[in-house]
Amino acid sequence: MTAPLLMAEGLTKRYGGITACAHVSFSLDEGEVLAIVGESGSGKSTLLNMLAGKLAPNLGEVRYRMRDGITRPLDGLSEAERRLLMRTDWGFVHQDATQGLRMNVSAGGNIGERLMAVGGRNYGGIRRAAEDWLERVEIDTARMDHKPTTYSGGMRQRLQIARNLVTSPRLVFMDEPTGGLDVSVQARLLDLIRGLVADMGLAVVLVTHDLAVARLLSHRILVMKHGHVIETGLTDRVLDDPQAPYTQLLVSSVLAA
Amino acid sequence: MTSVAEPVLSVRGLAKGFTLHLHGGARLPVVENAAFDLFAGECVVLGGPSGAGKSSILKMIYGNYLTGSGEIRVRHDGMMLDLASADTRTILAVRRRTMGYVSQFLRVIPRIATLDIVAEPALAAGLSAQDARARATALLTLLNLPERLWTLPPATFSGGEQQRVNIARGFAGNHSLLILDEPTASLDSANRDAVLALIHARKADGAAFLGIFHDQEVRDRVADRIVDVSAFAPCLKEAA
Repeated sequence: MTAPLLMAEGLTKRYGGITACAHVSFSLDEGEVLAIVGESGSGKSTLLNMLAGKLAPNLGEVRYRMRDGITRPLDGLSEAERRLLMRTDWGFVHQDATQGLRMNVSAGGNIGERLMAVGGRNYGGIRRAAEDWLERVEIDTARMDHKPTTYSGGMRQRLQIARNLVTSPRLVFMDEPTGGLDVSVQARLLDLIRGLVADMGLAVVLVTHDLAVARLLSHRILVMKHGHVIETGLTDRVLDDPQAPYTQLLVSSVLAA
Repeated sequence: MTSVAEPVLSVRGLAKGFTLHLHGGARLPVVENAAFDLFAGECVVLGGPSGAGKSSILKMIYGNYLTGSGEIRVRHDGMMLDLASADTRTILAVRRRTMGYVSQFLRVIPRIATLDIVAEPALAAGLSAQDARARATALLTLLNLPERLWTLPPATFSGGEQQRVNIARGFAGNHSLLILDEPTASLDSANRDAVLALIHARKADGAAFLGIFHDQEVRDRVADRIVDVSAFAPCLKEAA
């Protein structure tokens, strides 16, 4: 059995007197999709940012199995190593695409930039890769030289996904990737993410407050409330037979369409 | 190395109750001390009145319900393992390669073509894209789903058509253990016959089935044995 890809141990983050995230531990295997669910203020984004090395925990650590097979603590990486990891083996899809894209650079440039950051120098090859990825995320390649400022919300989100996946990462963090989009646009994006995750065998840590999104995409769920993990398990089990009072409330509060 | 007499599924001392935290913590016992075995090549039907816990037993076995106590041992990769105490990765591996489930309704995935929905479990079980599609095609043909529908998402299909897509998807994983929760409820007699023929063919290949069938005629045709779950239902025992 191979070691887990990502391990969190006792992650704790306090802001002043408030504990945003308390003693969270779990491990994630290659190709596994974990959904972190909970309401606003439950600490799920804080947890995601600690996992992705964007926020330093007060206590605990995150370890990652690097491409060379060696598992290392994130806080033991040099700044250069951490940046390389974020540009190659990891992706981060923000809810707000403007945070994940360079809005004044063309769509093709947004995708090509990740390749150039890891040493791609062949202009023709980079352009072809960008074209290929625009097609995979269903963006008309005629729009390749346009800036994302001219794109719709759904297109921006698909471009952000292409930018993240062009380097074939093994792990992608997603923060409410379908939040704030129209329902029809959401469905298309969900299908796209679902297909890409399966095709590429991606491991994903997905933060969402939408239980339907968690059901569709994830294998496992972690339910958070006031910074604590209050329930965890197989996605079907947590949603069909929730055990904790708060999870029962969450699941029973969803309107069936 | 498995002997003929070794079961595919063995349930012992299975119990389940719900605690309804939103309703003052009310306790609702649904299953108590359930025990039965299922062998390769047979179809066991769970019998008993509505509310006796048939569906709950199926859902515990598949992992959608948490087991209160007891053992659910399945034969996976030649070994018996207890699903009641297995971690989520083990349950997912068992679902990919050993145990399938046909629910009463298709959980529609928006925008995805019927053929791809059906092929998905075959892909998950390790088939190539081409072989998975071939298997999906064969199943949809067998279940009389018109070919013009194959490239369309099933959201707008009739209830019977959706149910056949669901059955095809359930069978596409070629699992050695298949759980059936009323799969023929919304089918006409010709399509019901097609499903029964499929079950018989798979049984002949050694697959085991555990199901719920309310229709008496269907049950008589499909069941090798009936396990009456009334004996495991705490609520019925109190009434008696």
